[in-house]
Amino acid sequence: MMRGNYLNRGGKGADRFQKGRRAENFFPTIIRLFKYMRRDLWGLIFSMVIAGLSVILSVQAPKILGTATTVIFDGVTKSLKNHQAIRIDMAKVESILLYVLVIYLISFVSGVLQQSIMTRISQRTVYTLRREFKNKMKKLPISYYDSHNNGDIMSRMINDMDNISGTLNQTLIQLITSILQFVGTIYFMLTISWQLALVAFITVPLVMITVRIVAPLSQKFFSEQQKNLGLLNDQIEENYSGHTVIKTFNHEAAAEKEFARRNDDFYKSAWKAQFVSTLIYPTMRFINNLDYLAMAVIGGLKVISGSVNLGDVQAMLQYTNQFAQPITNISNMLNTIQATVASAERIFEVLDEKEMTERITDIEKVTDSKKKRTDDRHINSVSNFETAERTDFIHFEQVAFSYNENQTLMTDVNFSVEVGQMVAIVGPTGAGKTTMINLLERFYDVSSGKILLEGKDIRETKREQLRSRMAMVLQETWLFSGTIMDNLRYGRLESTDDEVIQAAKMAHADEFITTLPQGYQTVLNETATNISQGQRQLLTIARAFVANPEILILDEATSSVDTRTERLIQSAMNRLLKGRTSFVVAHRLSTIRDANQILVMDKGNIVETGNHESLLKQEGLYASLYNSQFAK
Amino acid sequence: MKAGQTLAIIGGTGSGKSTILNLIARLIDPTSGSVNINGIDIRQMSKHDLHEKVALTQQKAVLFSGSLRSNLQFGKSDATDEEMWQALEIAQAADFIREQGGLEMAVEQNGANFSGGQKQRIAIARTLIKETEIYLFDDSFSALDFATDRKLREAINKSEKHHDKIKVIVAQRIATVMSADKILVLENGLAVGLGTHESLAKSCPQYQETMQSQLSDEDLVKMGLSITNSTDKGSPVQ
Repeated sequence: MMRGNYLNRGGKGADRFQKGRRAENFFPTIIRLFKYMRRDLWGLIFSMVIAGLSVILSVQAPKILGTATTVIFDGVTKSLKNHQAIRIDMAKVESILLYVLVIYLISFVSGVLQQSIMTRISQRTVYTLRREFKNKMKKLPISYYDSHNNGDIMSRMINDMDNISGTLNQTLIQLITSILQFVGTIYFMLTISWQLALVAFITVPLVMITVRIVAPLSQKFFSEQQKNLGLLNDQIEENYSGHTVIKTFNHEAAAEKEFARRNDDFYKSAWKAQFVSTLIYPTMRFINNLDYLAMAVIGGLKVISGSVNLGDVQAMLQYTNQFAQPITNISNMLNTIQATVASAERIFEVLDEKEMTERITDIEKVTDSKKKRTDDRHINSVSNFETAERTDFIHFEQVAFSYNENQTLMTDVNFSVEVGQMVAIVGPTGAGKTTMINLLERFYDVSSGKILLEGKDIRETKREQLRSRMAMVLQETWLFSGTIMDNLRYGRLESTDDEVIQAAKMAHADEFITTLPQGYQTVLNETATNISQGQRQLLTIARAFVANPEILILDEATSSVDTRTERLIQSAMNRLLKGRTSFVVAHRLSTIRDANQILVMDKGNIVETGNHESLLKQEGLYASLYNSQFAK
Repeated sequence: MKAGQTLAIIGGTGSGKSTILNLIARLIDPTSGSVNINGIDIRQMSKHDLHEKVALTQQKAVLFSGSLRSNLQFGKSDATDEEMWQALEIAQAADFIREQGGLEMAVEQNGANFSGGQKQRIAIARTLIKETEIYLFDDSFSALDFATDRKLREAINKSEKHHDKIKVIVAQRIATVMSADKILVLENGLAVGLGTHESLAKSCPQYQETMQSQLSDEDLVKMGLSITNSTDKGSPVQ
């Protein structure tokens, strides 16, 4: 059966299901998963042993109880035969009952013990898995997050982990106890009477056939239900987010019709799935009852003929009753285990992802590019190279880059920036402005060529070290839920309150913060909707002031706020820029005019460089971009 | 507004620009007063009839999963390929659509397989393909660069289908609103100016302020609109 609450599955339910939750490398994955339990090996073995013990003991119970019945029956029949008052060996009956009580007690205690051990083990295992997963996430390149959606990663981290812990917690031991119960029941039935045991065994093929027919059918209906639910959810989600479009384009009727169709599909598949899956239990019970009846009749006849004790028949009846259950359980559990192994595979898939290289090693540097580089050095005279190193703070050298292999973006980017310069990056959407920043921050590494910071390839520096020298202010303001103080301190965690307030003053943010009732202790909600967009921007600028970086990366907002806040932002930005080397993805002409260097980008590469005046004279792309805003 | 005219609405966030469009599309009703089309209070029309007369492009473009064709059919269910390409052409979307697979290309949920600017242009095409009297654009051009923004507006004005219709453009950039027949300047929910670019640049202080904040003094001179009382740019307004 399906594990988990299907109502929880969101819009992506359909996708996830279509991908299939079948394990591909069943046994290797199981072995790998068990390796995580290595240090709990003894606990695992211990709980398996006591679980087995308790099953073996409790499986005996019907047989022993049967002997009690036999003692009573024998006492009664003997007394009747001898025409005496009824005399039963009560001492024997008492000792038998006591024995059974002890068995049940032991099985209860071992059950509790086993469960608590397994809970600990399973929680510890997923704890380790989660920790590894989290560490891995830190080491994955940005491109991984660009190509995988958040929902999927979260589902692995939460749902798949849950699957594993649930299975380890419950199913693993249940599987063992079910097998033992099954085998034990067969054994005791055979020791009582093989003829009667054969009567009980008739159910096995019947149950097997039922499970064989119903299970795949119900699985098919369930996956259909799941798929239709996913589609239905997708449509609902979409219609809500686009309800204005649907309204103003007079599409309500069409949307309703579509909903009715999908709702109907879901209804049809859901009732089939639910019906078929519940069908299995009455069917089993029916088979079981038939067998019970057969056992009672045949057993009764045998008691009359005297070949079997009454107590034995009673025991056989009890065994018959609990016989079918382990078979159903095992077949159900196999599905759960399949799904769990598939979950483990999805987690291991992430753990096996290629990590980003922290620093290029010397060996890596000596690749095919080495030859080219030494050639270059020969062409440029040595002295020339040294002077370049001295004055160029940042230097892009023949940088090429593409997000995926079959689509080249940047092919040959070269430019140098001196300390304290402001570089404006302009160009139409998709020109590669953001890519330039991604490369500078080492969110992505260049495909070929290199970026030098103070003459040193940035891939030779640790990412943390590199990024500690930079700060970004993006147009999409990111603030987390927490106080304003905490949000600002995020720029540099060890800064004092005074430093933070000083920074806020520099960013013109102090003014509005102090008018808030709680001041710096105001708690921002997750999307920071309790302050205005412009104020959010002032906060991100203040955060950059706190960080006090050498290099500043700015992505100017395209949408403006009210004029007054706009001026505050611009003035704060100008203060922030002062004395720092900066890269600005610029939209405001005033910013672009002030830049020491303007890089005009188009289709991934730099097509023009210069300052405002020289670029206008070139009458190229820059001039046309610039003039387009004056044309009427 | 007369047929064929373009009204531009400019103002900061929270000034009520989107509210005006929502009133025209009757997504909300006025607390008092009325909105009239051809002299008829729109509350006297059925919503269906009203929505036959207006087409709205929202600030945040919403696309539906399906194909590009199915998204454009939202605007006009029986649109021909030619009409679709025409609309895409005007919306400056034809180039990248052609590159990426044409009308049959899949659109994922929320248009996730397009960039913000691309989604915006597809949504504009969806609005333009609709046969209606009034086209509303709620800050739909802000995700576009200046050049694309301008080409798009020019294409709309040249288009046979659209040039005699009313266009209402909400924007935050001076460059986007400059060429409109009428510009409405909003601040805190109140209309503080209505007129052409030239008249507002002379007489409306809020409009002047917006110009100063977006353009440098030299740019202003170049536009022939030197403003004598301009303060030092860069210094905050105290």
